[in-house]
Amino acid sequence: MEPLLAVTDLKKHFKAKAGPVYAVDGVSFQVGPGETFGLVGESGCGKTTVGRMVLRLIEPTSGAIRFDGQDLLALDKAGTKAMRRNMQMVFQNPYASLNPRLSAGANIAESLIIHRIGQRREHRERVQEMLRTVGLQPEDMDRYPHEFSGGQRQRIGIARTLILRPKLIVCDEPVSALDVSVQAQILNLLQDLQQQFGFAYILIAHGLHVVEHMSDRIGVMYLGKLMEVAPAGQIFRAPRHPYTEALVSAIPVPDPGAARKRILLEGDIPSPSAPPPGCLFSTRCRYATDLCRQVEPALETLEGRSVACHFPL
Amino acid sequence: MARLLEIINLKTQFLSSGKTITAVDNVSLHVDPGEILCVVGESGCGKSVTALSVMRLLPPDAARYAGGRILFEGEDLLRKSEREMRHIRGNAIAMVYQEPMSAINPVFTVGGQIVEAILAHKPVSRRQAVEKAVRLLGLVGIPDPAGRMGAYPHELSGGMCQRAMIAMALCCEPRLLIADEPTTALDVTIQAQILELIRRLNRELGMAILFITHDLGVVAELADRVVVMYAGKVVEQAKAADLFARPAHPYTRGLLACIPRPGTAGRLPAIDGMVPHPGRLPQGCRFHNRCPHVMDRCRLEEPPLVDRDGHSSACFLAED
Repeated sequence: MEPLLAVTDLKKHFKAKAGPVYAVDGVSFQVGPGETFGLVGESGCGKTTVGRMVLRLIEPTSGAIRFDGQDLLALDKAGTKAMRRNMQMVFQNPYASLNPRLSAGANIAESLIIHRIGQRREHRERVQEMLRTVGLQPEDMDRYPHEFSGGQRQRIGIARTLILRPKLIVCDEPVSALDVSVQAQILNLLQDLQQQFGFAYILIAHGLHVVEHMSDRIGVMYLGKLMEVAPAGQIFRAPRHPYTEALVSAIPVPDPGAARKRILLEGDIPSPSAPPPGCLFSTRCRYATDLCRQVEPALETLEGRSVACHFPL
Repeated sequence: MARLLEIINLKTQFLSSGKTITAVDNVSLHVDPGEILCVVGESGCGKSVTALSVMRLLPPDAARYAGGRILFEGEDLLRKSEREMRHIRGNAIAMVYQEPMSAINPVFTVGGQIVEAILAHKPVSRRQAVEKAVRLLGLVGIPDPAGRMGAYPHELSGGMCQRAMIAMALCCEPRLLIADEPTTALDVTIQAQILELIRRLNRELGMAILFITHDLGVVAELADRVVVMYAGKVVEQAKAADLFARPAHPYTRGLLACIPRPGTAGRLPAIDGMVPHPGRLPQGCRFHNRCPHVMDRCRLEEPPLVDRDGHSSACFLAED
């Protein structure tokens, strides 16, 4: 079966005064219909840039993106707009991503207007149905974003993407701006909607347990590259890349008795404008050898798992 | 053992467009010498306002200490003059903030700011202050401390900047360090480094720490004792191991249950509803409209915080 989304050797080099910043530097992955693909990594690893390139909100420097059988980067402006109906985004900050001067209903109906779907008089009904679907009340359509809590606003943001019935939704840190007790509500909603409508997610987040809980497969990024891709159940239980291992060990677990072997990484993430030679992680890897410091390992796939390491764990 | 810090029935209010909002309502908690106390809660629970009340750093025109006492080594900080507080801040009690990049002055070097802090509090020469600043930068794990003295904040990463802020907080050997979400803005691998540093400072210098966080994972890593706050009130207080093994308050239980953990799948047991706005608190128990065990009396009466063998909770269910 052809995947819904196939990203091949995707690159984004930003120009800066001090020379190019290698934000994303050769990323390849696929997402099947109805699948949830998680992207994790620390700030500056390029996960958000990947998400935005998939929607062509940022133009890639090079590489290929195939979505739903079409070459996304070959589409003209009208073609891209038509395609965006099928691929939508839920943003991190529901305070900033809704138009504060439009009512909740108008924010949601905006999607229909932009894509010229249905008659205006039908919109009201469709918006009300959407509000119910995401756990709000039909009467909420006339209220304004500032009258809602953070969690409710994120529900409006989800309704706005959902009303187009997309095949893929990119969620960039959908719960990290929300209170802990509200995060679980939104995660449950995202899962329920996927079961109901069958779309695929790309879930971008730095909260590793959130991504593990939600995803079918997970890609771990570091300095603009994928270090490891594996099924969600395996990647944290048995990481094969030393970076994944360190990342997993660094997550605080809410259990004081939990046996943990903490791997403290030395130093900071190198700058993406001056990546180290060889393996990008070699400057902080406790297993690094001379080979790692000179030759960059390729992302090799074996038994459904991919890892970019000369000496996988 | 004498308490280092003892907050008794603190009530901190804000005046907002003619209305009085009680952000911290009858909060009592204490920190013993050498102990790490974590205060955990969601936005608006009053955890940061409690910390800023101890430092007396709330804007005097908007905030009011409407009741209670804050005893530090037996003396009430709420009765101190601004001049006396200036001597206590940075000296006996120091604070580290959430966003290192916005808490540090961007136009002065890191070393210069630490030297200035030392000179403000200690009768030492500039040369001695510089030597001490270098030693402190080394203590908090900044590589090449002498070389980094002349660095500006923008030349440091977020993690390094937070280390520099901690070095500055340590410059007068405070007896109490208040840390308000010091790792929330940092990546997990850097967070792990900073938590390790805080544990080491507590162990090696015997410094007591009041650590404020929303992350129960961080609490489990760090705390000797935990205070759980909700909507301006303390709802539970216990030794860390006890709190995680036998959470007594339905809010604490709900919070622990709804976090995704390794191996969880399917629906999460979410807490219904949302945190109430501090200006529109429900009558009775403030958690009652989200509580799965709500009883009639919870809607009318506010349950008091009752202690049972060092584990206290504010819930009628815990009574029998």
